[in-house]
Amino acid sequence: MSTTKTLNAATATENQTVQIANVSRRKFLGGMGMATGLVLAARWDMAFAEDAKYGRDAMPNGWTDNPNVFVSIATDGSVTIVNHRAEMGQGIRTSLVMVVADEMGADWNKVVVEQANANEPKYGNQNTDGSRSMRHFFEPMRRVGAAARHMLEQAAAQVWNVPVSDVTTTIHQVVHRPTNRTLSFAELAELAAEMKVPVAASLQLKQPSEWRYISKNPGAYPEGTTEKTGQPMAIDGRDIVTGKAVFGADVALDGMLVAKIVRPPVYCAGVKSFDATEAKKVTGVVDVIELPSVQMPSAFTPLGGIAVVAENTWAAIKASRALKIEWDNAKAGDNANYDSVAYRQQLEAAVQQPGKVVRSEGDFEQVLHSDSANKTVEASYYMPHLSQSPMEPMVAIAQVKNGKAEIWASVQNPQLAKDGVAGQLGLKPEDVTVHCTLLGGGFGRKSKPDYIFEAAALSAKLNGRPVRVQWTREDDIQQGYYHTVSLDRLEGVLDSNGKSIGWRHRSASPSITSLFGPDSGHTAVFENGMGFNTVPFDIPAIQLENPAAPAHVRIGWYRAVYNLPHAFAIQSFAAELAHEAGVDHKQYLLDLIGPARKINPTSIGEHWNYGENPAEYVLDTGRLRDVIEMATSKAGWGKTMPKNRGLGLAVHNSFVSYVAVVFDAEVTDAGELIIHRADIAVDCGPQVNPDRIRSQMEGACVMGISNALVSEITAKNGAIQQSNFHNYQVARIVHAPKEIHVHAVNNRMDVPMGGIGEPGVPPVAPALCNAIFAASGKRIRTLPIANQLKTS
Amino acid sequence: MISVTVNGVTHQLDIPEDTPILWALRDHMQMHGTRFGCGMAMCGACTVHLDGNPIRSCSTPIAFANGKNITTIEAMAQDSVGQKVQQAWMDEAVAQCGYCQSGQIMSAVALLKSNPNPTDEQIDNAMAGNICRCGTYNRIRKAIHSAADNPQLAKANAVDESLFVEVKA
Repeated sequence: MSTTKTLNAATATENQTVQIANVSRRKFLGGMGMATGLVLAARWDMAFAEDAKYGRDAMPNGWTDNPNVFVSIATDGSVTIVNHRAEMGQGIRTSLVMVVADEMGADWNKVVVEQANANEPKYGNQNTDGSRSMRHFFEPMRRVGAAARHMLEQAAAQVWNVPVSDVTTTIHQVVHRPTNRTLSFAELAELAAEMKVPVAASLQLKQPSEWRYISKNPGAYPEGTTEKTGQPMAIDGRDIVTGKAVFGADVALDGMLVAKIVRPPVYCAGVKSFDATEAKKVTGVVDVIELPSVQMPSAFTPLGGIAVVAENTWAAIKASRALKIEWDNAKAGDNANYDSVAYRQQLEAAVQQPGKVVRSEGDFEQVLHSDSANKTVEASYYMPHLSQSPMEPMVAIAQVKNGKAEIWASVQNPQLAKDGVAGQLGLKPEDVTVHCTLLGGGFGRKSKPDYIFEAAALSAKLNGRPVRVQWTREDDIQQGYYHTVSLDRLEGVLDSNGKSIGWRHRSASPSITSLFGPDSGHTAVFENGMGFNTVPFDIPAIQLENPAAPAHVRIGWYRAVYNLPHAFAIQSFAAELAHEAGVDHKQYLLDLIGPARKINPTSIGEHWNYGENPAEYVLDTGRLRDVIEMATSKAGWGKTMPKNRGLGLAVHNSFVSYVAVVFDAEVTDAGELIIHRADIAVDCGPQVNPDRIRSQMEGACVMGISNALVSEITAKNGAIQQSNFHNYQVARIVHAPKEIHVHAVNNRMDVPMGGIGEPGVPPVAPALCNAIFAASGKRIRTLPIANQLKTS
Repeated sequence: MISVTVNGVTHQLDIPEDTPILWALRDHMQMHGTRFGCGMAMCGACTVHLDGNPIRSCSTPIAFANGKNITTIEAMAQDSVGQKVQQAWMDEAVAQCGYCQSGQIMSAVALLKSNPNPTDEQIDNAMAGNICRCGTYNRIRKAIHSAADNPQLAKANAVDESLFVEVKA
């Protein structure tokens, strides 16, 4: 078995590798996949099919826990484990594989990871989005590992002719307990492959106390392995620091051309005319090709434009700058007038009027005019468009010939890419192969495979020559799928004790659903479910409304999505209410949340719940309270702060996890912001890879600081005004807190697993703005903060 | 014809003189460890050393390197400071997606060669040109201190002593 990763699970060295295979089962599986197309999950145990409604069961193509699909053992003892989810920095290639390795008793040093191609009927859902990978695949992957271990034990028992109850697996070997005889995984590989796959119900999963990798910190698991120390190193750790890691642009094919596309600056504009004379004079240019423009709703269809195809990247980029293009903006309709300054005014007007009612409890108007109403507070919060801008700009390679398409790309949703290429080219899905490289960041942008469709279209037009479509940073920033733009207006009614008795929140922001159908201007159930209608406050009158806000650019998922504006507005406003009531913010927030209770989301009109079962994944205010207590106690809440310094708190639950953040921030007399420290408390339920949880929280903190401090996308005359990192700024090392402390609420095996990639971001901006208020008395209601603190 | 020495190997390149070093490395020498991030020296993903000095290869024409020595991430495992930095990066589990880390490491190595014992502030100044969208900055600081044999300066708290506190009764 080779020891390097491969891009293609299907190219595993089959002559050396013995699949743990059950032939009849495999045939059954294959037949199912064919018969049911892409809709039904290819489950090897159909017993679970009855109640397919929530979580992993509700995802397209569901899941499988068939060890044949994920595990193979070579006769040299190396264990190949397939990772089917996209790796974009969240560490899933390490974490999921670690789960399988731990359950089967494999030695990490003998584990090889293979990245799956797009093939959901085989692997289960691969759409790496929504902070779902671990919470949907922890249990199936445990069973994969346990089933493999059972098969190895069965094989050993057969060799020794002893009852299987007398054998046990230690590390990479099976032991006959009464005699201490051992057989290595290498020795058992071939026979284990002939064993029947045990049914799920018969599997003995390891007890948490027996885990060697799962939930372990560096240096924390028992001796007896050949690892140097601690939790396994990240699968790609060494390749990354030596420059060997393979990202999308690192795949080189013989005869490959490079395309740089100049797309319309305005969404849905077309090409009126173009002159490629100068472009074609650039050495290395092969062709200049016009691509069709789009109409709303454009979904994942590429924007069109003019493609320069060249023998190398620099020739393509240089020639693209020499193109003379006249755009047809009339085709874009209203989009050509999109102006961020005017649009903000439009949103501000919209939230003055009643909107579509999202949730209504009690009678806000009655409370507002009641004798109990002692004080009313009103504030509006604005958050601009953002661009995900992963450090690796979008890139895809396609070769389309002889009725087949082969794709290499860094992509969050490989099956969508596969199906889309098939549909676009009129091919059968099985004739499209999508190889998944590492992603140089994703943050939601690479769940939209428009760049892959561009590559497929160009290769088809170039008679099957392989083409790499290389987006530049300008392309990324100017032709993105942007985070929405939002105006959230909140009104609070306080009684004579300062207690909050009425809450009205009008949230207006264009919807992602404008990509997929006629734009109603209203946010969808899943967008409201991200922290808007799930506001966890114990207030008698709650009125939530959604005025319409039409989209004029492509709106798309951005890490934590609509939770960002909702948490910014709600958590800032809670602090404002506390200030108006003259009560300590932490105490006031706890009072707003009220006593620890488990709220069924459906009881407050929330029926999406991140796709999870509302009876299982409740809104647990006790967990909200706990993370507040933990973050504030670690930050020393209540202590006397030096001049110009303050602590700011925010809490938010999203992706079925709970995160509280406290910042210690200083605003100097000159208005310079210094972030001294962040204390982040996270409760994501059971923890599989604690150090990755910490690093995801650290990264979320920094990305949240980008959102709060510097990042802003604006449009004028329909075109995006920013173009690169000089005017679309993101956090740099100088913006990072001097210290970040992550505190994880541990050992909560009594609650279901939550997400970790996204939930750290939403509370960051409001906590920072609350700290700025505590430090300076300056209340930030418009992001980014940019120069708002400057006094000179 | 342009003559450049990359990691000790001399290449004769018949390519346009304005070709950025980045694309000369990636497209013409098939060395993919140096990454494309912005194309205008704003993000540092493409950082290499030119005669020992860190430069942004996306914005430096190959003609500028004629007769000079380019050092890339691929040579860091053979460099005494590079080895220390790579090991520190792995020990502190700095990388998330890893895309920017070639450039981060090249900047860190250049820093440590000119200043073997940097403070947090000196690190921030030297690394300010390298963007990490995953947000690994605190671990980068810690790893640089660690590579400088100065872990006591590290405040990043990649591992926090107070991490596993059970708050539930």
